Amino acid sequence: MSLLDGPTSLLQVAAYIAFAATTLAFIASFVRVVVGPSLADRVLALDMMGLVSVSLIATYAIAADQALFLDAALALALIGFLGTVAFARFIELRRRSSHE
Amino acid sequence: MSEAVGAILLISGAFFVLVAALGVLRLPDLFMRMHATTKAGTLGAGLVLVAAAVVSGDLAVAVKAVLVFLFLLLTAPVAAHVLGRAAYYDRVELWDRTHHDDLEGRYDEVRIGAPDRVADAATARNESP
Repeated sequence: MSLLDGPTSLLQVAAYIAFAATTLAFIASFVRVVVGPSLADRVLALDMMGLVSVSLIATYAIAADQALFLDAALALALIGFLGTVAFARFIELRRRSSHE
Repeated sequence: MSEAVGAILLISGAFFVLVAALGVLRLPDLFMRMHATTKAGTLGAGLVLVAAAVVSGDLAVAVKAVLVFLFLLLTAPVAAHVLGRAAYYDRVELWDRTHHDDLEGRYDEVRIGAPDRVADAATARNESP
């Protein structure tokens, strides 16, 4: 049984709807990454994309019945957090150091 | 039974994630967009992860999914606070219809640059006794 054969149970129908919604969310966040306008907006949108990816991975874990994917979700959540904090430090320090 | 509960959790989680992303796309300034990702986004991802926990029927998998959710709950406020602070110091533009900024003038020594309006307001306040 492959995911490409289409939904075979109630849960898979729900997973397909969730796939559609999270994909739209991914696109909306990506538009915000592109248009900005400030660096902080882009970092926030990247953080949102990480969150959307976590839900996408969890949805896929449900649809494919593969619990192993949740490890990837955990790793992505960790990286997303560290990335956001690092970018925030960068925003805070970059121009202050050039002013002094 | 757990399948129906999982399906409901999954769809509502995906709905909240979509609403959060629409908020990121449509809301007028950074701090409002932050409002969308930190609350609706975390709730949506959390609901999807809880759905994965409910559906799996395996304690080890359920614990892992709930652990990811708890991790998101712990880190989202921290990341939002650090980013909001950095953005405020960086003088990210507020919405043009914002009529009140409680922090205005209080962080001028650590904030970067000096757009005229904000700086003028701060000096005017300091000069008047």
